[in-house]
Amino acid sequence: MRLAYSPSIKIIPVPCTGKVDAIHMLRAFEKGADGVYALGCIEGECHYNHGNLRAKKRTEQVAALLDKVGIERDRVAMFNLSSSQAQRFVEIAEEMTARILDLGPNPIKTAKKKRVA
Amino acid sequence: MKAATPSRLEKILSTGELAVTSECGPPRGSDPDVITRKADLIKDHVDAINITDNQTAVTRMCSLAACIRLKLMGLEPILQMVTRDRNRIGLQSDILGAASFDIHNILCLTGDHQSFGDCAAGQNVHDLDSIQLIQTVRHMRDEHQFLGGNEILRPPRMFVGAAANPFADPFEIRVPRLAKKIAAGVEFIQTQCIYNLDKFERWIQLAGEKGLLDSVHILAGVTPLKSAGMARYMKNRVPGMEVPEEVIKRMAGTPKEKQAEEGIKICVESIQRLKQVEGVRGFHVMAIEWEEKVPEIVEKAGLHPRPTVEED
Amino acid sequence: MIIADKKPIEEIIETIAPFEQILILGCNECVTVCEAGGKKEVEILASALRIYFLNQGREITIDEKTIERQCDHEYLEELRGRVDRYQAVVSLACGVGVQFMADKYKTLEVFPGVNTCFLGATETRGVWVELCQACGSCILAQTGGICPVTRCAKRVMNGPCGGSTKGKCEIDKEIDCAWQLILDRMKRLGRLDKYEAVAPIKDWSSDRAGGPRKIIREDVR
Repeated sequence: MRLAYSPSIKIIPVPCTGKVDAIHMLRAFEKGADGVYALGCIEGECHYNHGNLRAKKRTEQVAALLDKVGIERDRVAMFNLSSSQAQRFVEIAEEMTARILDLGPNPIKTAKKKRVA
Repeated sequence: MKAATPSRLEKILSTGELAVTSECGPPRGSDPDVITRKADLIKDHVDAINITDNQTAVTRMCSLAACIRLKLMGLEPILQMVTRDRNRIGLQSDILGAASFDIHNILCLTGDHQSFGDCAAGQNVHDLDSIQLIQTVRHMRDEHQFLGGNEILRPPRMFVGAAANPFADPFEIRVPRLAKKIAAGVEFIQTQCIYNLDKFERWIQLAGEKGLLDSVHILAGVTPLKSAGMARYMKNRVPGMEVPEEVIKRMAGTPKEKQAEEGIKICVESIQRLKQVEGVRGFHVMAIEWEEKVPEIVEKAGLHPRPTVEED
Repeated sequence: MIIADKKPIEEIIETIAPFEQILILGCNECVTVCEAGGKKEVEILASALRIYFLNQGREITIDEKTIERQCDHEYLEELRGRVDRYQAVVSLACGVGVQFMADKYKTLEVFPGVNTCFLGATETRGVWVELCQACGSCILAQTGGICPVTRCAKRVMNGPCGGSTKGKCEIDKEIDCAWQLILDRMKRLGRLDKYEAVAPIKDWSSDRAGGPRKIIREDVR
C-alpha cells in the first residue's frame, strides 16, 4: 500500500513474537534504543498458537524491570494486529514514535554525556 | 470410675454428677486483678476454671501464672497448654511448675497458628502434638518419668483433658480422632461450643457406638450469643465453628436490645436439651469477655448450687 | 529439587554498588528449572544491572557465566584463574552454591542473587510447591506418601487439628489440609487402620534442630 511511517523505526522481523525473549528487548535499551515494541498477531489468532501471549508476558516483565533501573516503563510495549492491517501498522508506528519523542532520548545516553562532559 | 488424682473436677465427674467448667482469658498485661475479678464473678457457679494459653496466638499473660493466681484464691484451675510455643523440655517443665502448686487439671491442645495472632513472623515449635502431649502427661503422672526416662521426684497428679470439635472437617474422622485421644490417655474432653445440637448428638452417638463413652467424660461446650452480629461472625469467620441458619434467624429476628437476652435463652435451652444426651457428663461455659453472665446461665440451667467435695 | 526465587533487583544493586568488576554466575540445575538462576536469568539480570549503572553514569564490568552446578568442586574449579579479575560475584545458585563458591574463592566476595526457599516440585509451569522438609527421618510410609512435617502448618503427627475446614488449612483457604489429603489417600488405599494408631513422638535430632547435618559414606569414600 506504500504507506509512509516514521523513519526512526528499525524493524526486526521474527517468525512469531514468541521468539522475542526479554533479553532481546533489554539489550536494545542497554545499547541505547529509545523505545522497543513488539508487534504480534491478534490475541487468539497467533499462527503458532500462543507465542503472542508469551511475548505479552515478557514485555510486561521487561517493563517492570525497566522501572527498577531508571528507564520509563512506557518505552517498551506490545501491540496486536493482523498482517492485513497496514493502516493499523502505521497508526501504531506513529503512536509509539510520538510517545518516545515525548519521553525524550534513552536516559543512558544523557547520563553518558554528563559523564563525558 | 474412682478419681485417680486430687482433682476436684475429676471427683465430681466420678460421682456421676454433671460438672460445670468455664474459662478466663488472661490479660494482655501483667495485672493480676483481671484474673481475680473474672474468677470472682464465676467462682460459685463452676467446679473448675480454664485459663487459656495465648489463645488465637495473641501474646498474653501465661496460663501457668494465671492458674497459680486462681490456686492462691482457693479455686480449681484447668491449665490449658498448647504445643505451638514450647518444646518438650518447656512443656514438661511447666507441667512440673503447675504440679508444684498442686494444679490438678490440664487441657492439651495444639494451638492456633501464629499467623492468627500478634507475632506472625515468629517461629512455631510443635515439637509434640496435642495427642503426644496427652501421652506425656500420663507418662509423667503414671510412670513417674520424664520423656527421657529419668525419674521424676514428686510427679504431677493431673487429670488429663483435651478438646474435641465435632464440627471440624472431616466429620467422619472426628470420632476416630476422639478414639485416638482416648488411646493416648485422655480422661476428659471439652468440646467446641455447640449450636448445631443435631450434629453434636450424632457425633456423641457414634462415639457411643464405638464404645468410647465409658472411657472419657465429655463436657459439652456452650457459648451464649451476644448479638446477631456475633452469630454471623462465628458462622463465617471462625474455622471449625458451625452456627445453623435457624439460630442466626432467631437472633436476627429479635430486636437489637433483646438479642443478648435471647442469646442467653438459646444457651440455657441447649444445656437443658444436652443434659438428656447420653455421654454428656457436664458443660463447659465459654462466655468470653461476658463472664458476668455465667452465673445466670448456670442457675437458669438448674446447675446451681455446685456440689462440695472433700479435699484430699 | 531446590526451589529458589529471584531477589529483588534493588537488593542486588545495593550489594554490588561499591564494586567495578562483577561476575553474575548462574547454575544449570535446580535454579534453571525453577527459572530463577539459570543462563536466561543471568543474561537478564546482567543486562538490567548494566542499564542501571549506565544510568548512573557508571560503566562497570558485569560479566556473565553459567556453570553446570555450584555444589560440586569440579565445576567450581573450572573458574580457577578466571575469577581473579572480579571483585564480587553474584551467584544465582541456591544457598549451597553461594557458600561453596565463597569457601572456594576466599578472597572474592560472593553474594546471593536468589532467595533459596524450599525443597519442592513443579506443580505446573510457574508454580512450585514445597513437599519435603528434610527432617532426616522419613515417615512417608505411615502417611500414604504425603508428608505432614512439610505440608501441615503445625506439623502435627496425629492430625487433623481442629482448624481443618472443608479440606483446607486454617491459615489459608488455598492450602490443602495435609491430614485431609492423608486421610483421603489412606481411604483409597484401604489403610485407615494406619490412621488409628497413635503416631509416636518424633525424634527431631535428625532435623535442623540437631545441628548442621553431615553424611559420611565410608563405602564410597
